[in-house]
Amino acid sequence: MDSLLVVYNALPSILGGGLVTIGNVTISLAMGLVLGVPLAVAQVYGGPWLRRMVALYVWFFRGVPILVLLFLCYGFFISLGLPADPFLICCLVLGCTSTAYQSQIFRGAIESLPQGQLNAARALGMGEGTGICSIILPQAMRLSIPGWANEFSILLKDSAICYVLGTQDIMARTSFVAARTHEHLALYAAAGCIYFLLTLAVLKLLRRLEDKVHVPGYSSGMSMEGMGVG
Amino acid sequence: MLDTAFFGNELIPALNRGLLVSLALIIPAGSLGFVGGVLLGCARSFGPRWLRRLGDWFTAIVRGVPLVVQLMMIYYALPKIGIFFPPYGAALTSFTLCTAAYQSEYVRGALLSIRQGQIRAAEALGFSTWQTVAWIVIPQAARRALPGCGNEIIYLIKYSSLAYLVTCMELMGEGKVVASDTFRFTEVFVTVGAYYLGMVTLATFFLRWLEHRFHVPGFGAR
Amino acid sequence: MNVDEQAILRVEGISKMLGGKPILNNCSLSVRRGELKVLIGPSGAGKSTLLQSINCLIPPDAGDIYLEGKRLDRTNKPALCAFRAQVGMIFQDFNLFDHLTAEENVAIALRKVRGMSHKDAKARAHEELARVGLARRALLYPAQLSGGQKQRVAMARALAMDPKVILLDEPTSALDPELVGEVLAVIRDLAGGGMTMIMATHQMDFARALATEIIFMEQGRLIEQGAPDVLLAEGSATRTRDFCQRLLEMGG
Repeated sequence: MDSLLVVYNALPSILGGGLVTIGNVTISLAMGLVLGVPLAVAQVYGGPWLRRMVALYVWFFRGVPILVLLFLCYGFFISLGLPADPFLICCLVLGCTSTAYQSQIFRGAIESLPQGQLNAARALGMGEGTGICSIILPQAMRLSIPGWANEFSILLKDSAICYVLGTQDIMARTSFVAARTHEHLALYAAAGCIYFLLTLAVLKLLRRLEDKVHVPGYSSGMSMEGMGVG
Repeated sequence: MLDTAFFGNELIPALNRGLLVSLALIIPAGSLGFVGGVLLGCARSFGPRWLRRLGDWFTAIVRGVPLVVQLMMIYYALPKIGIFFPPYGAALTSFTLCTAAYQSEYVRGALLSIRQGQIRAAEALGFSTWQTVAWIVIPQAARRALPGCGNEIIYLIKYSSLAYLVTCMELMGEGKVVASDTFRFTEVFVTVGAYYLGMVTLATFFLRWLEHRFHVPGFGAR
Repeated sequence: MNVDEQAILRVEGISKMLGGKPILNNCSLSVRRGELKVLIGPSGAGKSTLLQSINCLIPPDAGDIYLEGKRLDRTNKPALCAFRAQVGMIFQDFNLFDHLTAEENVAIALRKVRGMSHKDAKARAHEELARVGLARRALLYPAQLSGGQKQRVAMARALAMDPKVILLDEPTSALDPELVGEVLAVIRDLAGGGMTMIMATHQMDFARALATEIIFMEQGRLIEQGAPDVLLAEGSATRTRDFCQRLLEMGG
């Protein structure tokens, strides 16, 4: 069939876009992780003003659609005379959004730990900071894995939206070929399969991670099975 | 500083037009999607094995593929089988299917979390199957599913912005048109963002109120 | 086998296989008005399964159930529901409806199964709760009640239906020791008031004091049946006595 031939020919280009997608997702996820943890800690242990500011950040980036944020950021860059590189803007926007969501995942995990953990740390003479870093966070991070896996999967899908700014990821390449060849359905179906397989691969990997760092008797009550993930 | 003429004469009226279209997408898609989600969730929890498999596969695919891709597929696929939807119809169909799949996940989780003992107790008192479902299973499952399903609707509000990608002129679309004409990207999209933020915040408040209203001590989400 | 004409509840030849294994093997028993029959036996003997087979929560593979001489047609859904409405059940895990207050728990079956009005059901619910000593906790949710209180609400819920027989499946096994007494007190009152009951339990002292008859079960069969004095008499060398001695030794 013609459509399949078109898809076959387009595959190298589309799969090449996969690298951009993975790069985009990885950078955004990493940014979300690096910024999300301090935000979570600030929200749980910080003073009232700090907590309000974090809450405001989270409210904004969880409330405005990604598409709007992309164009907003684009407009910002243009009006400031900065080069509006699509990849950069996408990483920035997805990173900020992911930070907001991840901070809430970690916050939930931290808050679910019994007060006694930090008390025991203090009783041993640890300072607040050491206690949080050595006792609270290692536990909270383990508990966060299912929620984090979910976030990874969501981010992977959201990255497709970025094609509107002209990135070169899977979605962008697919829509480019589709516009030329008019084999929209077949091409988008192929793209869908690629995203689906990527998602499966990521979730399998994270399952392995969850098993590897598993501590006997330790469960948040929310396994990855329970969340319908993977 | 603030060009009120621009806002008053061009932007706000356009955005209000778009808002109506957005609501016309969100409300039907949310309602139908919820109903679909409940049906799908029930099928996946209690149906015969083939139905459960089918439902699980459908849900897995919809949750594993970006909504953008699904939207494009439906927009371009339907004409091929003879259904000529305007962009609005394609967006509505896509959003409904997507929401239904996500909602079914929460519904299924809630239904499966009902302890067997509750059902046994109802049966032991002489409740018929329908009565057990209506007075014991549904009140408990609905409370469990509420946070998840409510959050899904809130996601729908945000993702309705994607309808612009298939040329459906909702809030996002109208804003983009004005911005492209006047090159005032920042002002336009700050306002568009404010509109969405407003909708999401209202919906969140409503959801919290619902959760509070139906709260039963000791009966939390699993 | 002698068919006991005066029996309120009679089951004959109940058998059940689960996963290829016979859980119940041709069990028959009957109980007359006002009698308290106690099922005892080791774990896995099938006591729970037998009780839940009587009201078909676990449908038996074979056997018949007779309530006041009338045979229960298990295939007839409405008849089954009507039967269950007349046979009360108390579970080991209480199984109160978590989303309803104590009062609503008692009232709901009255409204939905018996068709009472809201007002009447509520009034009756209060009566029953008062009877078990929980009138002041009517508006609390199960999560706010202690184990003993939960079980008493469960009993009020069963009693409100004016059952002909009550089946009790190890009603105190899930309770902390200090809460067992309040539940046994209610059961004792019921027995004193002439309620017909079949109870599975490990509470040997209670059984000895109040049971009309003790039935010893092992591996799905009813091994021995008889009055407590007979079965548990010194030097009677019955399996029942054997089992009870072992229970005592283990501090049971």
